[in-house]
This record gives sequence, C-alpha cells and structure tokens, in this order.
Amino acid sequence: MNGVKAGFRGFAQYLGALVGADAYRKYLEHHAASGHDGPPLSEREFWRDRTDRQDNNPQGRCC
Amino acid sequence: MGKKYEGESPNTLSEDLLEGDPALPATAVNEAREAEDAKWTPAKIGLWVGIALLGGVAWFMLAIVRGETVNAIWFVFASVCTYLIGYRFYSKVIERYITRPNDRRATPAEYKADGKDYVRTDRNVLFGHHFAAIAGAGPLVGPVIAAQMGYLPGTIWIIIGVVLAGAVQDYLVLFFSMRRGGRSLGQMAREELGVIGGTAALVATLLIMVIIVAILALVVVNALGESPWGVFSVGMTIPIALFMGVYLRFIRPGKVLEVSIIGFVLLMAAIIGGGAVAGTEWGAAFFHLDKVTIAWGLIVYGFIAAILPVWLLLAPRDYLSTFMKIGVIVMLALAIIVVRPEITVPAFSEFASRDNGPVFSGALFPFLFVTIACGALSGFHALIASGTTPKLIEKERQTRLIGYGGMLMESFVAIMALVAAISIDRGLYFAMNSPAALTGGTVETAAAWVNSLGLSGVNLTPDFLAQAAANVGEESIVSRTGGAPTLAVGLAHIMQQFIGGTSMMAFWYHFAIMFEALFILTAVDAGTRVARFMLQDSIGNFVPKFKEASWRPGAWLCTAVMVGAWGAVLLMGVTDPLGGINTLFPLFGIANQLLAAIALAVCMAIAAKRGSFKYIWIVAAPLAFAAVVTITASFHKIFSPVPAVGYFANNAAFSKALEDGKTSFGTAKTVTAMEAVVRNTTVQGWLSVIFVTLSIIVIITAVRATVKAFRNAASGIPNKDHEDQASASRVYAPAGLIPTPSERALMAEWNKLPADKRLERSGHH
Repeated sequence: MNGVKAGFRGFAQYLGALVGADAYRKYLEHHAASGHDGPPLSEREFWRDRTDRQDNNPQGRCC
Repeated sequence: MGKKYEGESPNTLSEDLLEGDPALPATAVNEAREAEDAKWTPAKIGLWVGIALLGGVAWFMLAIVRGETVNAIWFVFASVCTYLIGYRFYSKVIERYITRPNDRRATPAEYKADGKDYVRTDRNVLFGHHFAAIAGAGPLVGPVIAAQMGYLPGTIWIIIGVVLAGAVQDYLVLFFSMRRGGRSLGQMAREELGVIGGTAALVATLLIMVIIVAILALVVVNALGESPWGVFSVGMTIPIALFMGVYLRFIRPGKVLEVSIIGFVLLMAAIIGGGAVAGTEWGAAFFHLDKVTIAWGLIVYGFIAAILPVWLLLAPRDYLSTFMKIGVIVMLALAIIVVRPEITVPAFSEFASRDNGPVFSGALFPFLFVTIACGALSGFHALIASGTTPKLIEKERQTRLIGYGGMLMESFVAIMALVAAISIDRGLYFAMNSPAALTGGTVETAAAWVNSLGLSGVNLTPDFLAQAAANVGEESIVSRTGGAPTLAVGLAHIMQQFIGGTSMMAFWYHFAIMFEALFILTAVDAGTRVARFMLQDSIGNFVPKFKEASWRPGAWLCTAVMVGAWGAVLLMGVTDPLGGINTLFPLFGIANQLLAAIALAVCMAIAAKRGSFKYIWIVAAPLAFAAVVTITASFHKIFSPVPAVGYFANNAAFSKALEDGKTSFGTAKTVTAMEAVVRNTTVQGWLSVIFVTLSIIVIITAVRATVKAFRNAASGIPNKDHEDQASASRVYAPAGLIPTPSERALMAEWNKLPADKRLERSGHH
C-alpha cells in the first residue's frame, strides 16, 4: 500500500514538474544558493512576474 | 574528449583546459569506466539481436506479407524496435562525430542560472516538457490524410524519416542552440550564414508561421463546422481557461496541478454537456454554425487571445492541453495494444500510383513526403528546440535523450494516428476526407461517389454513413475533411472496444475533437504571439519604437497584421470550392519542411565550422532529401500543367473559363466560386514561389559557408565559432533515461556531499 502511495505521489510530482508547478520551489533554491542580498519574491509575486514576463517573451507551441 | 579533430575550433580546445572544482566530485563520468560499461556482454547482444529480430519480423508482416488483413500490433513493433535501434546506435554516431558533448562544460541553465528562465531541470521532466512543446495536432493530422495512398508509404516515411532526418534535426538544433546560450534559429542563421542568408531565413520563418497557423485553424474549422456538440464543448474551453487563469492569479497562485484537475473535470463536463445541449432544439439551432462564421469567430478570437495577458488565457489552457496530450497519447497506445485492431486497408492503395487522389492531389513522390511533415521531419520543431528547452538542460549529454528521443516519441504518435485512421472502414475514410464538391455532401451521393471510385473491397451504403454519423453524435460526417474528424472516428472506434462500447462512441469522438482543438488553439495563439514579436523586431530595425514590446499601438498593429495574414489564408481555405484541405495541405507540408531545410542548412554550416567534415553527410543527407522533396513539390505546384496539381495551371484553366463566359467550371458551380478559385490559386502560387526562392537562398548561403569552412580547415585558418565561452560545470546528472553503473557510482559520490556544497554557487553574476 505504501508503495502504491509513493508511486502515485511520484507520478503526481512528475506531472506537476512537467507543467512547471515546482518553479517557485526551484526559484527559492536558486535564490538561497546564489547569495542574493534582498529577500526572495513571495509566491504570489513570483507567479505574477513569471506570467507577465511571458507576455513579452512568448514561447512557441508546435503544430 | 582529449582526442583532437581536424579544424577544431579554438573554443573546443579551451574545453580541455576546463578545471573542475577540486572540492567537488567529477562533473563527467570517467571515460574508461564508461567504456567498461559499454562492453558487449552476451546478455546485451542477445537483447539487441532480439529487438532487431522482432523489428524485422514486424516489417516483414507490414511490407512483404500480403494477407487480407494486417494486425495493428505490427505497426507498434516495427516502429518501437526501429526507434530503439536508431536511438541506441545512430544517435550515438551523431553524438560521437557531430555534437561531441562535454559534461565538464556548464550548460546555460548553470552558467546563466537566474531561477526563472535558466533553470536546471531534471532530464525526465524536461523530456516530457519538450515533447509536450513539439507534439501537437500535426502528427495527428498528416498521417491521416496520407492514408489515401495506403498504409505502407506513410509508415516507412514516418519511421525511417524520423530516425535519419527529423530526430537528427531536433537534436542538432537543440545542441547548437544550447552551446549558444539558447539563441533562436533566426539569430543562429544570421551569425552563421551572414546578412543575406539570415534575412531570408527570418522572412521565410515568418511567412511559414502564417501558413502553418492558418492551416491548423482550417483543421479546427472543418472539425467544428455544422457540429453543435463540437462548437459548444470547444467553446466552453474559453470560460474554463479564463476561470483557471483567475484562480491561479488571485485565488491560489502556483497551485498548477490542483487547478488543472479542476479544469480537466470541467472539460469532461463540457464534453458530456455538449451532447445534451446539442440534443435540445435551441442548442442545436444556436450552436449550429457554418464554416465561414466559425472562421470569422476564430479570427476575432485569435486577435483577442494574442493581446490578452498570458496568465488569463494562454497559460491555463496550455496546462490543460499538456495534460490532455499526455493522457490521450498514453490511452491511445494502451488501447491499440489491448484491442489490436485488424487493418483491411491495402499497403498501397489505388491512388499510390496516381496524382489525382481526392484527399490530397499530387503523386506519391514528392507529395506524400510533404503531406506527412510532423512525425517524420518537422521544421517547426527547430523553433522550439532553439527556444525554451536549451535554457533548461542540466548536462550537455542529455541533449541526445531530449532532442533525438523526444522526436522519436512524436513519430510514435504519428504512427498511432495512422493506425487509428486506417482501422476505420475504407469507404467511410474516403467519404469523410473528400471535398463536398466531389461527394455531393449527402449520404446518398457520397456513397454512390465512393462506390464509383472502384476501390477494392469497398461497398458503401448510405445507411452505413448515416449510422456512423449517428454513432458519434453528429448530423453528418460526409466530407469532414482535415484529418481531425477521421482520427476522432478512428479513436472512438478503437476506444469503444476498450471502454464503453458503441454507446460511448459519441463521447470518445468529441473527446478527440476537443483535444485536437485544444492543441490547435494553443498553437494558433502562441504562433500569433511569436510571429507578432518577430514582425515587431523586424520593423524595429527601421522604426526603433516598434522594438518596445510594451508599446501598445505597435503590439496591437503587429498582432492585427499577423492575424489578418493567417485569417486571409484561412478564409481562402474555408471558401475554396475545391475543398481547402485538398489544395492547402500540401502548402502546409512544404512550408514546414522548407523550414526544416533551413534549420538543417544552418546545422550543416555549424557542423562544418566545428570540423566534422568526414561525417557531414549525417546532416547533408537529410538536408538534401528535404531540399529535393520540397523544391520538387514547389515546382510541381508552380509549373505543373495539370490543373489539379499546379496552382497556376488551375488559375489559367479557370481564367479561361471565365473569359469564355462559362458560369460553372469543374467543381465551381457559380461565377463567384470561379473567381474565388482564380484569386486563391494566384495567392497560393505566389506564396509557393516566395517560399521556395527564400529557401534556395538560405540553402545556397549555407552550402557556401560549409565549403568555406572546409577550405579554411584545409589551409589551416581557424573557423570562427559563435559558441558562448566554455566554463567549468559544478553539477552532475546522468545522460540517459536509465543511469549506467558508472553514472550511478558518480551520482552516489555527489549524494555524499553536504547539501550546501551540492547547490550551485557560481550562479549569480
């Protein structure tokens, strides 16, 4: 049963990572590791910034 | 990596001087240990002999054995075994002689790390991410249309083409762009080919995007025209996406998985609800729209969607489309393996040796090779492989898995689409995919017309067509061209044997239409945005104000221009009396593969500058093939005297008919329709001329750059390369899906490091 649970969790994590759901966590890791002076963006600010930057930097989707 | 190659560039030499941090374990596997791992053991030899044998038997069953039927499982075995062999052996050759990745070198995700755009991403996640970005409706539609010629030509081209051409292109573009910090194809073309080649590549890319977006939109319009159920459920994706966007922005930011599940449930409700709504009188009346109205709706929608902020519509729909994509593909693969449908379509159909097929016109060579673009060789991928993916790669050697392997996956999708399309009745296939001008549009005329084709084993009755339409919950499925409805019927046909039986067919049909529409709407929206930025950038060279992305009037004007351009082509296709798909789909394939030729030409010039002369054929061969196919196809379209094939021949025939005062000619029944044909063929013909001219310019400049690189190397002059400065990597990750023993050993060393040392430290500048 635990194995099934772990497998399911791993699958959900993979799916989440696929669409970038873990982007904020990775940003925090980067922020902590690279020695910035200021505090990191809050989760809300981070996601706003992320989608707003895509407005000016569109990514193609293929046919 | 210590080995020297002739004409090696200075930057490659500097790689050998890269000093890793002595406090860290190695950042690349030890080559001696790796070679030890790669030794051939009897078990490994047995495994690969087994794969080769199974693949061989499968190809034998498909290509040589001529039974009454062939089981679909052989398609799965033939393709998967060929992919495995191509991946294990051919992509390794490319790695060894062309790309020569070096894991001691940091990738852009490491040396440019910013926690936002440049982020090291786990290879398996990135594989899925890249796959979701490259695979869309293309591989689902092309093989369906190409099934007109029988199953074998398409199958061979999809499987062999991807191994020798499509996956090679994706891999090389990804690798070279990664070495340049994630630069775009256009920028690389300019650097490597100079101003003329670079400008031609840019203009060609822009025009090609217009054509591709227009024809994808045409596929959606054809699938939704006169289909209240389809219009309702696809229309509902807009409010669903808006809700998801607002949820993510204001209610629970960052909860992507959660909102995607909510969105998915709503989507299913929209499909089921669509059946109920289309069943009511008001619903059937309100959502019953003709194709021209839907086309206009799509144009207006395209403009609004492209100027709305990304968070509101594009991003949430992209989440939905990614989940649907992965889900549907896994489901279809499972269903084909479980159901194993028997295929009655012949290997080569009656149309394989003719050039006047009703689904698409033109002879097998070259038109089969342009009709199936995505899935075998798709130039559009070069734009993705030089976009987001190179900025996320963790280690250089992973590019083989992601670039080459990702494209093999898309090819597999194309094979499954082909299987789904040929698993339906052959007569039904032709009734659905031939333009209304030929079938007459009703079940009686369509059945009579299909039977008059004299296809072996086909005996279609009007009742059968009516029943097939009723099963999938549509009023009629006669002349539903574009490939998407046929695939949906095929998918429903296979899935109902897997889950739910006939009563579920309507659901599966609309489920398939929905996911194709989702991919396409996302591609239309994203394509319009990308094209608009390219246009803004180009105009910005003359009027600097246009370069400011936040300047609203410029952005809106450029969006309007791009939407106007693809909208015009879309309307042309929708109103074409000859049936838009029949005439326009070849243009789509030609455009896509001319882009592939451009991408391969750029790759060839880069490979030559890196000194890979002996193995340049790895790039030159697919480039030559793509160039010959697309240039021949373009010349047919421009110069062919057969009106069904040549745009200008058709134009002349209709112009003459108008001059002679005729009021109906061929499939055009009115003077207005005849004038439309004259107008459309002029536009299509000139577009062909422009495409082929631009591509020839790019190919010539690339060949010149290649020859020059070769001469320089021969006379000892170093070739200038445009790679970013090499810097030492400070991280490690395995290259392939499954780590080798030596990779595992190295990973264990890294895992022993204290956590604070494992994270990148040099990231911020």
